[in-house]
Amino acid sequence: MSSVIFFIAAIGVISGAIGVVMMRNPFYSVLSLVVHLVCLAVLFLLLRSEFVAAVQVVVYAGAVMVLYVFVVAYVGDEGEGIGARLRAGPTATNGSVSAALRLGGALLGGALLIELLIALLGTGLEAVNSHGAGYSPGPRTYGTPAYIGNLLLTRFLLVFEVASFLLLVAAVGGVVLARRRGGLGEDDPEQGRLTPVELLRPGQTGTMAEGIGSRGR
Amino acid sequence: MTIAWYLAVSAIVFAIGAVGVMTRRNPLVVLLCLELMLNGGNLALIAFARMWGNGDGQILAIIVMTVAACEVCIGLGMIVAIYRRRLPIDVDELRELQG
Repeated sequence: MSSVIFFIAAIGVISGAIGVVMMRNPFYSVLSLVVHLVCLAVLFLLLRSEFVAAVQVVVYAGAVMVLYVFVVAYVGDEGEGIGARLRAGPTATNGSVSAALRLGGALLGGALLIELLIALLGTGLEAVNSHGAGYSPGPRTYGTPAYIGNLLLTRFLLVFEVASFLLLVAAVGGVVLARRRGGLGEDDPEQGRLTPVELLRPGQTGTMAEGIGSRGR
Repeated sequence: MTIAWYLAVSAIVFAIGAVGVMTRRNPLVVLLCLELMLNGGNLALIAFARMWGNGDGQILAIIVMTVAACEVCIGLGMIVAIYRRRLPIDVDELRELQG
């Protein structure tokens, strides 16, 4: 029974991954990645890591993918359109370049796959475990949230704190990167003045008040 | 199912992601393919954690997910910034840093 589920989930994982690479429209790539992630969570469940599977579905397939969908809807096909328009002009040999790129990428990927398979399946497993690749039973609570939480808050406490700080830095960085900037080269008359409110909330940072046009540009 | 099957799936997913990173032009899809590579690594980590009956690999997989979320945040912020400046959203056209 578990091997049947394994093969169904593995086919889902691999076809989802192929779909991400092959789809023309980035939106379908994102949806294909959702399929991939859900099937991967099934594989995690088969490996008795319930908590990681739940995190995978909720955080990855839920939150991160929604972020992707928003950005694809915001940027979307227009970006491809600009790129295609720029490419269409001077380069007539672009088709062959693109085909060569694709062929070279596939060749390199195939070589990487063979190398990984040799490393993982050929000799690597015998090196780490002379009994072959059996399972250790582990503790009774293996993979449950209590087990993971116990590890995270005792043995890996420093890792946990560093990860939370990293998330904070990334959130601030994302806001700074994506904030609204002034127009290209033109001077903003409002930039000279500084009210007490703007000390707390600098201008042109994409706040809601700017969005409805009540202050700033 | 022995653990070798899981490792084979993880290697295949990683290789597909690597091909995507090398061949696709849209930075959004490049980010998605990076996610694929990280997921391949995660699957191998969890398979090895199961093999040893030890939770350390699962903790590392969760940390990898955290780092992936940070990477998505920064990457999507950069894409939105590129879009705001009306630059082409195409990794082949954005070559100013090439000199």
